[in-house]
Amino acid sequence: MRLLVISVAIISFTPGFAQRAEIVKWKGLNNVIESKSGGITVVNFWATWCAPCVKELPLFEKLNAEGREGVSITLVSLDLDLDPNPEKVYKFVERKKLQSKILLLDEKDPNTWIDKVDPRWSGALPATLIINQKTGQRKFVEKELHEGELERLIAELQ
Amino acid sequence: MKRLFSIIAMSALVVGLVSMSPMKYGVGDTVSLFTLKNVDGKMVSLADYKTCPVSKAYNTRIMDLSKKYGSKGFPLVAINANSPEESPGDSYEEMVSAAKRKKYDFPYLIDETQDVARSFGATNTPHVFVLKNQSGSFKVAYIGAIDNNSRDGSAADRKYVETAVDALLANQEIATTKTKAIGCGIKWKE
Repeated sequence: MRLLVISVAIISFTPGFAQRAEIVKWKGLNNVIESKSGGITVVNFWATWCAPCVKELPLFEKLNAEGREGVSITLVSLDLDLDPNPEKVYKFVERKKLQSKILLLDEKDPNTWIDKVDPRWSGALPATLIINQKTGQRKFVEKELHEGELERLIAELQ
Repeated sequence: MKRLFSIIAMSALVVGLVSMSPMKYGVGDTVSLFTLKNVDGKMVSLADYKTCPVSKAYNTRIMDLSKKYGSKGFPLVAINANSPEESPGDSYEEMVSAAKRKKYDFPYLIDETQDVARSFGATNTPHVFVLKNQSGSFKVAYIGAIDNNSRDGSAADRKYVETAVDALLANQEIATTKTKAIGCGIKWKE
C-alpha cells in the first residue's frame, strides 16, 4: 500500500485612497455571488502570498477604474485561511492603493464552501468567477489571467 | 518548503530605487517585491522565489504522516509538481537543500514533465492522493486535503488523510474520499 503526497509554491500606483478590506463570513461573500444586480459580477479569489494573484490584480483594478456600467468587481482575499491577522492584507491594499471592493473571507473548513462558490473550483489560487446576474450564466477560471482575457470572458457572457 | 538564500547585490540601480521610496529598509522590515531584468534578458521578480505558503504550513504534518504511516505499509512519496521555470524557488537544487535541511525520511521527487501531476489531476499544492496497493496495482482511495485547517493542524477537527489511511488499515470503507482546500495553483510550464 502506498501513500503519495503532491507538494511543493507589479506594482500599480494609482492615485487616491485605498479601499478598506471588509471581513466577512460566507454569507457576505454569497451576497456578492447572488447579488440580484442584473449586471455582471466579477469575483476574484486571491491572497497576498500568491504571486500569480498579485500579478493579475492590476487587470481587475483597470477594469474597476473603467467603471463600466453594470460590471461590479470584488476581490476576495483568502489570507485569513493561513494567517488570522488581517493587518498584512490592510497594508497590502494600502500600499497598492487598491480601489476595487475587497472582502476578507473569514471561514473555517474550506471543503464546506469551495463547491458553493463553484463546483469546478479545486481551491487553487488564483481563481475568478464571472456571473451574468440576468441570465445566471457563469464563467469560472482557475489560473492567472492575462491582458485582455477578463474583457473577453465578460463579453462572452453579455 | 524552501527558503531563498540570495545575496542581492546593491548596485547603483537598486540603491537608486530604494532611495525613491519614503523609507529605507531596516532589519525586520517587509520588502516590496521588485522585478528586474536578468542578464539573460528575462524579468526576474522576488515574488518568483516565494514558494507555496500552504505547503510550507503543512510541511511538518507531511513529515508526521510519513513517520506515522511509513512503517504501517503506507510510505509517503512527495512530488514537486511545479515547473522551476515558473517558480525558481521550486528548483531541483532547492528541493535537495530542503530535503537535507528538514531531514526528509521519504523520497522527494521532481515531476519534470509534469505528466504525473497532470495524470493524477493534481491542481494545487499540497494535494494528496492516497493509493491502495491491490496485489501490485495501485487504486486511488482518497484525493484532497490533509485536514481542514491549513493554519493550525492541532486545531483541525477533520484529519482527512489520517482517517482515510486508518480506514484502509482497518479494512473499512473510507467515509470521505474527496475534499478541497485553498492551495497554491500548480505552476505549469507555459
